[in-house]
Amino acid sequence: MSATAISPNSVRLPADELPLNAGANRPTLGRTLTRIALYALALTISLFFLVPIYLIAISAFSPQQAIFAYPKPLIPTTLSADTMLFFWNARGVQQSLINSVLVGIMTLTFALLVGAPAGYALARFFFRGRDSFKLLILTTRAFPIVILAIPLAVNYIQWNLYDTLWGVALAHTAMALPTTILVTSSIFVGVSRELEEAAQTLGCNRAQAFIKVALPLALPGLAAAAIFTFVLSWNETFAATILTQRNRTLPALVLSQIADVGAPLPFRFAAGFFLIAPSLLFIFFMRRYLLGMWGQVVK
Amino acid sequence: MATTQATPDLIASKRVITVPPAQRSLARQLESFLPYLLLLPSSLFLVIFIALPMVQALILSIRSPEGVWTLQYLNTMVHDVNFVDALRNTFLLIVFAVPLQFAFAIVMGLLLQNNLRGSSLFLYFWTIPLAVSDLAAGLVWLAVFGDRGYLNSVLRITGIMPIAFSWLSFENYGTLLMAVVIAEVWRATAIVMVIVVAGLQLIPPDYMEAAEVFGASRWQRIWHVQLPMIRPSLQVALILRTILAFQVFAVVIALAGRAMPVLASEAYSRYGELNPNGAAAYALLILTFSLITTVVYLRTLRTSEEEMGR
Repeated sequence: MSATAISPNSVRLPADELPLNAGANRPTLGRTLTRIALYALALTISLFFLVPIYLIAISAFSPQQAIFAYPKPLIPTTLSADTMLFFWNARGVQQSLINSVLVGIMTLTFALLVGAPAGYALARFFFRGRDSFKLLILTTRAFPIVILAIPLAVNYIQWNLYDTLWGVALAHTAMALPTTILVTSSIFVGVSRELEEAAQTLGCNRAQAFIKVALPLALPGLAAAAIFTFVLSWNETFAATILTQRNRTLPALVLSQIADVGAPLPFRFAAGFFLIAPSLLFIFFMRRYLLGMWGQVVK
Repeated sequence: MATTQATPDLIASKRVITVPPAQRSLARQLESFLPYLLLLPSSLFLVIFIALPMVQALILSIRSPEGVWTLQYLNTMVHDVNFVDALRNTFLLIVFAVPLQFAFAIVMGLLLQNNLRGSSLFLYFWTIPLAVSDLAAGLVWLAVFGDRGYLNSVLRITGIMPIAFSWLSFENYGTLLMAVVIAEVWRATAIVMVIVVAGLQLIPPDYMEAAEVFGASRWQRIWHVQLPMIRPSLQVALILRTILAFQVFAVVIALAGRAMPVLASEAYSRYGELNPNGAAAYALLILTFSLITTVVYLRTLRTSEEEMGR
């Protein structure tokens, strides 16, 4: 594929700006009907994604006895914080929330500290083994954390990392690292190398040029990558459950309560809503970066 | 890509010329050494936390804690009560969920190309599940498919089905499987869609314009321009999605509990029974399937591409 004329942000021009097409774009009955069908389809798909979130929300904010009612009204008659409070005050929930946040912060810190230099190297240098390293990174991305978790648990017992937040964060870093490297690499490719070169001719050494010029320019992208890593960690369930026993993260606590103890329905619905709520906000704020973070596969 | 990659070399060589000869060799040495230095931390990390555990998973599944090499764990796994069910459930989930995810994702990605009013709002709604964990997705659909859930409520209120149906009971395997597939489609379609959208945006606008000028219909443009152009992205996405589907776990636990064993939940159970060797056997199986998937997809997709080129 040639590099010319491909810009990720290229906005498609509406067809009517082409003189040749001016006639074809006049609204006809067929065109209007197609348009209506497209909107109907888009709305239906939106409902498929939104209605379940609405339903878990009203479940989480129903009184506990309403959760066991049947049939349930689609518009709740009474709202109450009862169910959410029941979850919030359940044993271990508050601590596991703190644990989840701590693990997330540790993960994003490790992943950036370890991954960003590699990303920078891939973006700026041409060295023997560059392509094989890139290929290796792409391959490790496909290695599932489910496979890693069990041998890691065995190692952690020897390394005194079992049932610690450090241990979970390191496992999550391993999971996130390949993506972090690829994403940071694409961020540094986007920061003009000429600016760094200019700083160096003006008397900065390489490190200063990086810190004073490249880093500030890359910062918004790096922040987005950091949040992305946090979300990966916040959502990871399997390894967190395997690697901990008492120091659970929130998903690990909820999963073990469901799988091993058979937690009651109010607990499950409140937990479901509690886990989802941050993602609504997260996606809203990250909209601009979504394609760059998740859409990255072949660049 | 190729053009942007040529520039740093050019600039580097220009700069070296201005440096005195004695310093030049040092600067050069440092320059050639630096990338490896920068790669060192992540390489070490990947070895300790990915490569090493991978080998250990293999060893754990064929060596007892006393150090005896044995096929006992693999043998026990194959004869587990749930083994065949777990295998079948995992494969059925992949067979149903992955194609649906791709079909939906492609339709949604193409829909967004139509300059609909509110496209950015649609994109927001459709990408919400990107940040939703598989556990949470399972709990969301539990509110719908549970015995006293909203599906049964709606069917009762509208009078379609007056008696509650146990969608998630292991006795109703078909509906249980359907519920898990729907939850997986709900959660993971967004990831594929984002890859599709990113791929579609990389298509040079001239291609589409040219097709339009030569009178290609909407379908012809989709079929002969857009889909072939996003093929490479789709291939990678297909491999990643399938491999991730082999580890499906929390969705199933949240919706079905132990009523629907899958490979990862069996690994979890063995581990819970303080049998890491048995758990590693399942991990090894998942790893093997992942590798086979990659090889098979790469082979088939490459061959069909060559045929297309002819």
